[in-house]
Amino acid sequence: MSTPLLTVEDLRIALAGERTYDAVENVSFEIGRGEAFGLVGESGCGKSITALALMGLLRRPLSLAGGRIVLDGQEIQHATPAEMRRLRGERIAMIFQEPMTALNPLSPVGKQIAEMFVLHQGANWSEAMDRAEEALRQVRVPSPERRIKDYPHQLSGGMRQRVMIAIALACGPELLIADEPTTALDVTVQAEIIDLMAELCAAKGTAILMISHDLGLVANMCQRVAVMYAGRIVEAQVAEAIFAAPRHPYTQGLVNSLPRLGERSRHGRQRLREISGVVPSIATYPAGCRFNPRCAAVTDICRQIAPEITPLPADGLVRCHHHG
Amino acid sequence: MDSCGATIMADALLALDELAVHFTVGSVFSGGVKTLRAVDGVTLDVKPGECLGLVGESGCGKSTLALAIMGLVPPTAGAVALDGRDLKARDRLETARTVQMVFQDPYASLNPRQSVRRTLADPLRLQGVTNRTEVDQRVMDMLAKVGLRPEHAGRYPHEFSGGQRQRIGIARALILQPKLVICDEPVSALDVSIRAQIINLLLELKDEMGLAYIMISHDLGVVEHVSDRVAVMYLGRIVEQGGWQEIFENPRHPYTRALIAAIPDPFHRAAATARAKAKGEIASALNPPSGCHFHPRCPLKAERCVTEVPALEAVAAGHRAACHFRERTY
Repeated sequence: MSTPLLTVEDLRIALAGERTYDAVENVSFEIGRGEAFGLVGESGCGKSITALALMGLLRRPLSLAGGRIVLDGQEIQHATPAEMRRLRGERIAMIFQEPMTALNPLSPVGKQIAEMFVLHQGANWSEAMDRAEEALRQVRVPSPERRIKDYPHQLSGGMRQRVMIAIALACGPELLIADEPTTALDVTVQAEIIDLMAELCAAKGTAILMISHDLGLVANMCQRVAVMYAGRIVEAQVAEAIFAAPRHPYTQGLVNSLPRLGERSRHGRQRLREISGVVPSIATYPAGCRFNPRCAAVTDICRQIAPEITPLPADGLVRCHHHG
Repeated sequence: MDSCGATIMADALLALDELAVHFTVGSVFSGGVKTLRAVDGVTLDVKPGECLGLVGESGCGKSTLALAIMGLVPPTAGAVALDGRDLKARDRLETARTVQMVFQDPYASLNPRQSVRRTLADPLRLQGVTNRTEVDQRVMDMLAKVGLRPEHAGRYPHEFSGGQRQRIGIARALILQPKLVICDEPVSALDVSIRAQIINLLLELKDEMGLAYIMISHDLGVVEHVSDRVAVMYLGRIVEQGGWQEIFENPRHPYTRALIAAIPDPFHRAAATARAKAKGEIASALNPPSGCHFHPRCPLKAERCVTEVPALEAVAAGHRAACHFRERTY
């Protein structure tokens, strides 16, 4: 890879409470220009707060405790709030899971898009509204000239998410962070929104950081995928490899535990391979490898020593003592 | 051929005959009263020990259908027969012994102020099982069946993880030994790594206790895995039904094809053809499109689809589709 667009190095996020926990530790990854990169994990694994850290949006009790975030050669982890405000929306933009709570319910959607042009590009309002209408057309909202005056509650979930995409892409950011962008939507709408995002980003050369609990969805859309478990990246590989040859027992468990369409016709109904146990909460992260209480291949070393990163081909990595 | 209308099979555990549930919404002050046809003429049956998968997008009427079967919303028209007897002729307690429900969200569906023991014992007491030893024994047996330990009985919902809570929800549904269990998205609120445990448990209990399931899910992978037959619902109507293999390998309704095409398949990138994908979103049940409800989104749309409602007709043994072009395979 030539100079990556985004480099995250040894990111550490602290959660302050009765004592301080590391909600995310030792997270490193790179995203190339125009690349779609996926971050997969279950709720509580730290994927969303990693995204918030990139946006400079961590708030108490969460705080950045270490590591470097480099955007296009420039370190941004110590940027001032004013610098971050300029960066957000202009160079890094984000789409959230629930568009209804991310949009302002008291403001017409056209105005919320136009705001981007006014705030970031110094456009006047009438010019900005024209551009907002064009932005709505690009995300394929039918009759944008009428929809521009609609309030969020007048739109369906899929349409609201299209508006979010229009806002996020308004200023042509270099990186789009999408945090579970389709989890609240139906499957047929999900397919449309994913296609739309991929298409618009490809046309503009925007890189995507796609965050989801759905490994299938992410592997389908992204070139490379990293899997997080309990605050650490446990495996990263190119998308095809993560399904065809997962190396970490947790990834193997995820890939094998869910019924896949067509499986039953080919092999008959077989008992699903379970991952035993429960997802640990941050206060109960075990010592050593954090997956060890649930791992079928666990040995003594796993319970004592956190495994180091083992590099895999094509910028991949696995964090397991027995990754063989 | 399939049962239909008056000729409902005698051996069906559940038989729906042209079931309709309509709601009146709005008022004269807010632009007039409208009728919302949540369920609009559904004929369906479930045999003992069978698992029927019910799929469709949110707003298609799946959950209202479930509530009507449970007797929790009154049907506007048509009939629900459980075990050969009309739901209206059964009292609440009797219905509860036959059909039970497992809900999507195990955080919201358990009473936070009730211990697990009380959550499981209350249905027994309501059914007249008052002997303490017997109640205790049955509660303990049920806990063991769903993979919980005896000491869990004294605990409260907040002390459990999501997967364990769903096990409690399943135990509550099964403690009366019902014949039919409606599972409404039983795993979609759970962590991905926990889902397989719950699906395996549901299938084991089905065999062990001879249960019939209605499995409501938007996850077609799960539906294919667990179902014997599948029904696809769109805006209050069944648009296709048949054996699981027929539905997944030879779908005839464009909506079923669209649902299958929408599943991201990591092994076949971009395999879903643009032709199979549906455009736009589900319409409002308040104002459904004329003719075939699916026509505004359908890649096969013709003039006829706008004016004429397609009937649910047979395409193969046990396989029916409501599409004017159901004979087209491509």
